Amino acid sequence: METLVFALLNGAIYGLLLFMLSSGLTLIFSMMGVLNFAHASFYMLGAYLAFTITEGTSFWIALFLAPVLVGGVGMLVERYGLRKVHAQGHVAELLFTFGLAYLIDELVKIFWGRTAVNYRVPEILDFPLFTLYGAQYPAYRIFILFVAAFMLVALWYLLKKTRAGLIIQAALSHPHMVGSLGHNVPLIFMTVFGAGCALAGLAGVIGGNYFVTDPAMAVQMGPIVFVVVVVGGLGSLEGAFIAAMLIGLLQTSAISINASLADIFGFIGLGADTELGEITIASMAPMLPFLLLVLILMIRPRGLMGDREV
Amino acid sequence: MTDMTASHAALEPSRSDKFRQRTVPLILFAVVLLVIPLFNPSRSMVTLLNHMGITIVFALSYNMLLGRAGLLSFGHAVYMGLGGYFAVHVMNWIAEGTGIWGSVPMFSMPAFGFGAGALAGAVIGWPSCRRAGTPFAMISLGVAELVAAAGFMFDSLFGGEMGISGDRMNGPELFGLSLGPVDEVYWFIAFWTFIGVLGTYAFTRTPLGKLSEATRDNPERVEFVGYSPQRVRYLVFIFAGAFAGMAGGMSAVQDEIFTPENLSLIPSGAILIATYVGGIRYFTGPIMGAIVMTYMGSNLSDYTAGWLLYLGLMFVCVVMFLPDGIAGIVYGTADTIRQGRAGEMWRTWMLRLMGLALVGAAIITIVEVAFRWSDGYGEVFEPFGLQLTVENPLTWVIGILSLVLGILALRRAAKGGGK
Repeated sequence: METLVFALLNGAIYGLLLFMLSSGLTLIFSMMGVLNFAHASFYMLGAYLAFTITEGTSFWIALFLAPVLVGGVGMLVERYGLRKVHAQGHVAELLFTFGLAYLIDELVKIFWGRTAVNYRVPEILDFPLFTLYGAQYPAYRIFILFVAAFMLVALWYLLKKTRAGLIIQAALSHPHMVGSLGHNVPLIFMTVFGAGCALAGLAGVIGGNYFVTDPAMAVQMGPIVFVVVVVGGLGSLEGAFIAAMLIGLLQTSAISINASLADIFGFIGLGADTELGEITIASMAPMLPFLLLVLILMIRPRGLMGDREV
Repeated sequence: MTDMTASHAALEPSRSDKFRQRTVPLILFAVVLLVIPLFNPSRSMVTLLNHMGITIVFALSYNMLLGRAGLLSFGHAVYMGLGGYFAVHVMNWIAEGTGIWGSVPMFSMPAFGFGAGALAGAVIGWPSCRRAGTPFAMISLGVAELVAAAGFMFDSLFGGEMGISGDRMNGPELFGLSLGPVDEVYWFIAFWTFIGVLGTYAFTRTPLGKLSEATRDNPERVEFVGYSPQRVRYLVFIFAGAFAGMAGGMSAVQDEIFTPENLSLIPSGAILIATYVGGIRYFTGPIMGAIVMTYMGSNLSDYTAGWLLYLGLMFVCVVMFLPDGIAGIVYGTADTIRQGRAGEMWRTWMLRLMGLALVGAAIITIVEVAFRWSDGYGEVFEPFGLQLTVENPLTWVIGILSLVLGILALRRAAKGGGK
């Protein structure tokens, strides 16, 4: 029971962070057809900028300023990079963002060094909020939960209830029609790209001190975010949400299971001292998202909630 | 050329054309491979050449997917790695010498890698080749992560973090090569590089090779003609895996070790960059890319800590401005000279070169100064005796002024200016 509750809580927080990252990626993909390989690099950029701003001023300023800055960088990248490559097709765009991820990684190493920086939870949130089964639960995690939930509601409201959201939704499926109606489609694209990057930056701000802020964080997070987007179904925010929660819960609960494969498949004769039997569920946790990805693409290529095939 | 009434027979290249365009380059390549040892290259140079040979075969196999079939893979190193791992295991079986393994020559390792790579391609390609484009790229990424993770898990097959090492000086000798010293390994690598180039080139001439290009350009029409694009992709994928495995077998003999790192996304990304920078629209592009990238990888990393940054910059620039890569420049220039337009071209070229030199100097200055500043050891970047520090205004004059001037020159050249 105890492990289950903690796994559920931590899994939900991890899942919400994943959703914050993948919602921007899904929006960008469904609108422009670009699977932004550098998306996790913007997440890393958000964490590092927040670290620098926190050192100079305070965490609360960083919480607003860092995502805005990352969004600005994203807009510049779209305007002067992606738009140029767009004419050469989707493979060239994917390659461009792949190279961009390389560049951002190296630039981060120049500015902030090769080792992890000391980006810490702000003192005002650094206390145990409540005690559960004798273990203290940090308040910052609940803070992450709230920020993510707030962002979720705000995004939903923006897309479904405002005029701007209506135009964005229309531009997702019929960009030419929207253009003919007099809307500036390239500007919409640039804004959505910037907003998506800003969301990734926000995830970096609140995730950077929850995990570790080091130059490897983009490489670790990037592939998992792809998995979320593809498993959820491209272009579907609901699907991305379900997939993010699923993967968050799957990974955190797998880490807390101490059983080995022999314990589970012992009945078909898998011995505990064989190499396959010795593998524990916990050590398989990093593989699970990719296993899920391959399975989904084989069985249901459109993803959980997607309305079209990838 | 534009004569619409020309019959099919007239469109076909003549016998001498075929010989000149298809056979002569291969002969030249073989001659180059034979002549290189006459220059008495140093041991480290031979090792570098061997690595170039391996990368050439690997890049050519990757281009069977990316350039010919239009399939962007983020996990091609999986097939080279699996082929190489199998070859290392075979090397160890040869060392034990039990049964039939005692009579297998070490020279044949790439053939074993070829088989293992084909098998891996056949197994993994089945689920991944159903769709092209982004889904294919995503599956290849997922598979690469899975295989790399499995590599760290199954110690008896992959040797854990230490990897598995072999010894190339076992088994019967072939062609009188003991494969002990590197210059004997050179002949081994040269032989198999030639086989690899010949094989991948021959593949482009087969009906399957032609169909793969058709599938890249228009899968719907291929289906109308009566072929299954899925099946074409699958078969091409198996061959690409096989040639990657062959490169793995070459690497197993040259380096005598394989680790799970060889299966990961890092070498997959590196071969993607090498192939694309070389030029995916030409058969020889990946060869040029492999040579340049291997050279840069082994030499540039000694000079500067920022070589990955230069690599990334170069890659992004090639994607944005030079989608035909190095081969595009080489063939484009050769065409202009052949058409006798060299005179009008060379002024644009001078402008372009000047711009590139200025931008290059600016970027190198900024990056090198930045790296030394971020290391914090107080080292100073001193090109030509200049003391360039962060405080020195000269640094920023060189950095920013030449960057602006260089970009202006390049823009002018792009508009066909300079005449």
